[in-house]
Amino acid sequence: MMNSSPRRRPPYLAEIVTAVALIAAPFVLPYLGSAPNTVNRILVWGLFGIGFDLLFGYTGLLSFGQSALYGTGGMVAAYLLTRAGFPHVITALVIGTVAAAVVGWLVGLVALRRTGIYFAMITVAIAEVFYFVEFNPLADWTGGENGLPGVPTPTIDLGFTKLSFTTGWSLYPFLAFCYFIGIVIALRIVRSPVGAVLRAIRENPLRATAVGHNIHAYKLSAFVIAAAYAGLAGGLLGVLQAFMPPEAFTFDTSGQLVMQTVIGGRGTLFGPLVGAGVWLFLQDFLQNSMHLGAAWKLVLGLIFVILVCFLRDGIVGGLRDLWRWMRRSRTVAEAPQEAAPVEAVPPPGPTAKALRARRAASTSTTSGPILQATGLTKRYGGVVANSGIDFSVERGEIRGIIGPNGAGKSTFFKMLTCEVPPTSGKIMFGGRDITGLGVTDVCQLGLTKSYQVNQLFNRLTVGENVTIAALAALRGKFRLDLLRNIAKVPGLEDQVENTLARVGLTARREVPVSQLAYGEKRRLEIGLALASSPDLLLLDEPLAGMSPRERVETVKLLKSVAAGRTMIVIDHDMDAIFELAQRITVLQEGRVLVEGTPEEIRANAKVQEAYLGGVHIEGHA
Amino acid sequence: MISWSNFLSQLINGLALGALLALISSGLTIIYGTLGVLNLAHGAMFMIGGYAGFAAYQATGSFLVAVVAGSLAVMVLGIVMERVIIRHFYSRPHEDQILVTFGLGIVFVEAIRRIFGSESRLVPAPASMSGIVDLGFMMYPTYRLVLVGIVAVALLALYIVLYRTRLGMIVRAGIEDPVMVDSLGINVYRVFMVVFGIGAMAAGFSGIINAPVVSLTPEVGEAILVQTFVVVVIGGVGSFPGAVLGGLIAGEIVSITSMFNPGYAYVMLFAAMTLVLMIRPRGLFGAIGRE
Repeated sequence: MMNSSPRRRPPYLAEIVTAVALIAAPFVLPYLGSAPNTVNRILVWGLFGIGFDLLFGYTGLLSFGQSALYGTGGMVAAYLLTRAGFPHVITALVIGTVAAAVVGWLVGLVALRRTGIYFAMITVAIAEVFYFVEFNPLADWTGGENGLPGVPTPTIDLGFTKLSFTTGWSLYPFLAFCYFIGIVIALRIVRSPVGAVLRAIRENPLRATAVGHNIHAYKLSAFVIAAAYAGLAGGLLGVLQAFMPPEAFTFDTSGQLVMQTVIGGRGTLFGPLVGAGVWLFLQDFLQNSMHLGAAWKLVLGLIFVILVCFLRDGIVGGLRDLWRWMRRSRTVAEAPQEAAPVEAVPPPGPTAKALRARRAASTSTTSGPILQATGLTKRYGGVVANSGIDFSVERGEIRGIIGPNGAGKSTFFKMLTCEVPPTSGKIMFGGRDITGLGVTDVCQLGLTKSYQVNQLFNRLTVGENVTIAALAALRGKFRLDLLRNIAKVPGLEDQVENTLARVGLTARREVPVSQLAYGEKRRLEIGLALASSPDLLLLDEPLAGMSPRERVETVKLLKSVAAGRTMIVIDHDMDAIFELAQRITVLQEGRVLVEGTPEEIRANAKVQEAYLGGVHIEGHA
Repeated sequence: MISWSNFLSQLINGLALGALLALISSGLTIIYGTLGVLNLAHGAMFMIGGYAGFAAYQATGSFLVAVVAGSLAVMVLGIVMERVIIRHFYSRPHEDQILVTFGLGIVFVEAIRRIFGSESRLVPAPASMSGIVDLGFMMYPTYRLVLVGIVAVALLALYIVLYRTRLGMIVRAGIEDPVMVDSLGINVYRVFMVVFGIGAMAAGFSGIINAPVVSLTPEVGEAILVQTFVVVVIGGVGSFPGAVLGGLIAGEIVSITSMFNPGYAYVMLFAAMTLVLMIRPRGLFGAIGRE
């Protein structure tokens, strides 16, 4: 979906197809027996669903509270047009949209304090509150259970002629135009850097944070965008029915939106429209043709459950997979290649150099240690993972950290990257106190880590993975360039290409992460850290689980990566560490046992005892 | 106007509602804590408990039989649901689990509507527990007092199962660290099934014992589900004590607010939830790590 595809589709294909379909609909659908009002309702639900799909399908936030925003936008617009006597329909719709966005921002501040199931539960509760508020305290404004009747339809004065939209097919062009604008904006958002970050949040929020994105701000943005779409759709509902129904606020509205989106296909933008079509068609068909009466909802419920079980991405997703499968079976299946050996690792590209130069200019001191930790202690309840560690790394150094299992190496790294705050102690990075900062800010300052256990964006391609990390370095931790094409981010292509070349994954750029071999995933893991061009790179067991050949390749890679940068490596592969590192720190039981050059460490009696002793004890355990 | 006896009776109403919410929420929270699945069909299960009990009551005329039938029917439903569907969702994302249980909830509600119709049904309390009782300072419906007692006994039973039995130990260990429990050689899947059954039964039991207080409609579970969510957010997901305390807090908030203006009951409930989220995002008894 990101625009880095080699088989380039014609640009704006989706927009053109949508426009043609929307224009053709009033000429074709009447012959299929569709009532104009049904078509109009499908458009309103489809527009409502675009925003929800950005929130749920793209960002992974399942909200059951969209009815609150739908109702808010609708009520504000309808109130202006009926009771307040506001004459201009389109302006009222815009005001309703803005009102919903503002309310969405407030609701998002509360709901986004938690994620996952909490988020779903909180949004359910919020929707219920809005329902009761609409019915009681605000009944004087909203008409309570009667709603607001008499919502006018729009008229556009073009000077030479007046366009009046009334009901049925006469209103259709107006709604279709709104839907078209909605889908065009959504497609741009999806193709923008923000769209890429939203997908990253869905796939792996932890890593999205660690590569330097302020995911809370992005999630809140997605929530506000979804709220704006809901608000506009709510306003159009009032226009469509000439009446703003209080039922817009019910939990059923949110539920129907969720079900339609899932039936049509989440993460597809067009899914909600298809889902609404299926829903309204089946409702009509089951009630009138099958004479099932109220049981239509039972049938739709069963269909929904079956789809969730067997067709996760809904109708549009299923068709997409079918299309890809057919296309793949026609072309010769490309055999995944064995890890391509890193022939010659290219030097950093111009973007990487520019990034690091920019950072160097902002740091106050360029002399002295790049990283200095003093008295670093971490306690988990009664367990002391690290205690009183003093640690200092010079600029340009490669430092190895070794120690037996449970020595507190990983905890130490987590404190250095500010993933966990130390219980006590202080960390200075590039002359700046970073104690208590977040992992996102620290990454933006030029300190990041590759993880011991792969933390990748699994359903995205290799290229998209690296793109997401590079975006954080190039755009900062939060930027709302919603309408910018991702290909137009200056330096991005250079940075992504260069990073992929350095970790030897250029040929695998279009492959989803889930199809990579383990060794390739490990290299991508390093690539994600590398893509932000860090000044200080921490590597937590980069060689873990690799075959001997892969180890040789990776050590070669790490050596090239180290040029002009500082690196700290944890690993259990002594040979590799002794080969790579200029100095080595040995941790044991959460303390620094000894520190020195590889020769000193090799000769050190305490180290020998710690390791041989460990073996000795294990042998008798 | 608000008098002392009015206030006291609302306080007891709040206690009754709170105890009931505590029991339903316990079911939801132990299922989530152990299986990691948020069951959005929990409200529908509460409703089915009521209807199953209603059917049994119509057949036998015995309230006791109705209570047993309502609880067992929902327990069986829960076990079947776990075996046939939920089991396949353990390895899928939370969102999919939420979606499938949400869909099942709708199927349950619509199936009941198909069988029993939309009009409300009432299961009368047994004669010995109906009528009103003189508390000295005020008159109060007998059954509501009995209800508080019944729920207290049920909560105690759940407490004993969770904290005094081997199964309970496994369940609590599973809430802390399911991977560890699995690697200890305990058949986690059988435990999951039992827990789902117990959690469902808590909802079904609540549904039938509440039937004499609030008449049955197919939608009766919906409002309960929303309140249960608030309880769980306040108390902390996966925590039994959290569910009990959260339930009592929510019950009193709804009851006391209703005394002034029922329209604001949810607003106050929501305000309390927001307050907890601001001060203690994990909930009063929430554990770190569960998300």
